[in-house]
Amino acid sequence: MIEHYLSLFIKAVFIENIALSFFLGMCTFLAISKRTDTAIRLGMAVTVVQAITIPANNLISQYLLRDGALAWAGLPNVDLSFLTLVSYIGVIAAIVQILEMVLDKYFSGLYNALGVFLPLITVNCAILGGSLFMRQRAYNFGESVVYGIGSGLGWALAIAALAGIREKLKYSDVPEGLQGLGITFMTVGLLALGFLLFSGIQL
Amino acid sequence: MATHNTMKTYAVAFTLCIVCSFFVSSAAILLKPRQIMNRELDIKKNLLLTSGLLQDADAERENIQKAFRQVEAVLVDLQSGELVENIDPDDFEVIKATRDPAARYMISAAKDKAKIKTRAKYARVYFVKTVSVIRQTPMVPAPAGNHETSSVRKQRVPEDFTLIILPVYGKGLWSTLYGFLALEKDTLTVRGLTFYQHGETPGMGGEVDNPKWRAQWPGKTVFDEDWRPNIRLVKGGVNPALRDAIHQVDALSGATFTSRGVENLLHYWLGEDGFGPFLDKLRRRHNGQGGTE
Amino acid sequence: MNRSKKILFAPICAQNPIAVQILGICSALAVTAKLETVAVMALTVTLVTALSNVSVSLIRHHISPSIRIIAQMTIIASLVIVADELIKAFSFEMSKQLSVYVGLIITNCIIMGRTESFAMKHGVFESFLDGIGNGIGYSLVLFFVGVFRELLGSGSLFGQQILPLIGEGGWYQPNGLMQLSPSAFFLIGFFIWGLQILKSKNIVRDSYD
Repeated sequence: MIEHYLSLFIKAVFIENIALSFFLGMCTFLAISKRTDTAIRLGMAVTVVQAITIPANNLISQYLLRDGALAWAGLPNVDLSFLTLVSYIGVIAAIVQILEMVLDKYFSGLYNALGVFLPLITVNCAILGGSLFMRQRAYNFGESVVYGIGSGLGWALAIAALAGIREKLKYSDVPEGLQGLGITFMTVGLLALGFLLFSGIQL
Repeated sequence: MATHNTMKTYAVAFTLCIVCSFFVSSAAILLKPRQIMNRELDIKKNLLLTSGLLQDADAERENIQKAFRQVEAVLVDLQSGELVENIDPDDFEVIKATRDPAARYMISAAKDKAKIKTRAKYARVYFVKTVSVIRQTPMVPAPAGNHETSSVRKQRVPEDFTLIILPVYGKGLWSTLYGFLALEKDTLTVRGLTFYQHGETPGMGGEVDNPKWRAQWPGKTVFDEDWRPNIRLVKGGVNPALRDAIHQVDALSGATFTSRGVENLLHYWLGEDGFGPFLDKLRRRHNGQGGTE
Repeated sequence: MNRSKKILFAPICAQNPIAVQILGICSALAVTAKLETVAVMALTVTLVTALSNVSVSLIRHHISPSIRIIAQMTIIASLVIVADELIKAFSFEMSKQLSVYVGLIITNCIIMGRTESFAMKHGVFESFLDGIGNGIGYSLVLFFVGVFRELLGSGSLFGQQILPLIGEGGWYQPNGLMQLSPSAFFLIGFFIWGLQILKSKNIVRDSYD
């Protein structure tokens, strides 16, 4: 049992890294990776949001949306799965909003550190993508929690790595046209190639 | 002033929700019959393409329905390999069965090669009848949907058939692949393998739909001499000179997980936890004795 | 008319959503292995951007700031669901190949980015043009990447074999790197490089006028 969750976790962080293997969450990934400290902070925020939204969406899918899910309410023939996309996004937006308010009230140090990133996370495709994967692979609640934490940490790892590289790149002699965004794309391409190595691991 | 604004905010939000819900629900409901028909037709079409009964992937609906008359379905109890007597194969809904605790079988992790966790206890198996048998079988109109036992078609494996078609499914990279494996009467040689539903990466794992990849399957054999599943997807291409080549197919370029998924799901469904017992019984019936060459 | 032209054409090069604004990248990487999927994605994103821009612009004076993000999201999500249902109903083969990615259009930052920064402040027609322009800019990059990836990776374009593969008696050894997703990163990097060179040439020329 523990091995199952552990292997799920390792898969989510390395082998199926949501940023470098599935290329989700790229926009913020590329825009906010200029400095390692901001990158790590964003990574942590993404991890927290993933860890909360994926299990929440799992419950909603299981008890509200799936074909036959409303049996407990006496409506076994209702299939609301076409509402999945909009429900997931709604849940994500709501949770981010609530998280922002809770942090502001009780953990204002953290709230200030995260700053403008929290609202940005709502549109991060990695968050919605994580929930969609959870649904496609039919994870149960426990697996959703592990997958949420794992995929968030994987994304955080990727953005921290990229930020570290970009900081060093500042001292390199990059051709003018490639400076900034261009060389970042190339770097991420190489990072992604590197992570492809993990796909050979069977867990 | 503040109240006025709050009221307006609520009003706008409410109206927006109503309008959006109207469009979304209308689209979902109006288009659903068409989508369902597309899905069913697609499944039938893929079954026919796998078996070679249909050549044209863009065939018209009437042609598909007509060609499908050569196919007969039976319901099989996977564990025993016997036919299920009192359920009409056409009424059996696989997805509902996998959710119903009474009708499903939880696969232990060690056996779950296809990573599907549960499967229904029963499965449909399709037989493509020979021409002479088709002429003899009276045309039965589609069941009206009533479930009295008297209207359930008596099931039996057709006396003479040319192909067995097994529905197979298993996890790929992004999604579960659903498909059909068509085996010749010897239950050993492949006639075709097609996947009618999957969400794999377009251009990579999605190449399971590529006719060129599909064309490798006819003629391959899926069991070894002891009737254990033996079929591999080989990276880098199959060397036709090797003796084992008859058990091998090229893997999909750049799609390790999907290729592995295909291999695993075939091993599961051809093995003792899948259609193995049924195929074994079929062989004994037709050969008169135990599994032979 | 000049203003309309500027709104329509700016996002194609100078303000290209992918190469300059850093928006909409996720799908550009995943669906560009074949041109068929690129075409469907490009069309869908362009239409959704244009229509959501129009919708948001229509109600821009009535949305209170506190709910504007959610309101925009609701509109975008609804449009994407309708698009998804339409694709499933009328182009079943395509929907099978694109399933997850159509849903991810909701979080495609281009659409949200444009509704927030343009449609909230401009009229309906201009918002429509802006949506189309950004859609075309996005499609341009996607096609650029898709052409290279499909031609060099599989020797074909839109499924038609152009370079005969060795495996079928030809001479072309398909480029494995192009078939893998990271190649899209490299290709976009090159695209950006080219774009920057073009832009700096224009700047130099302008300063001499």
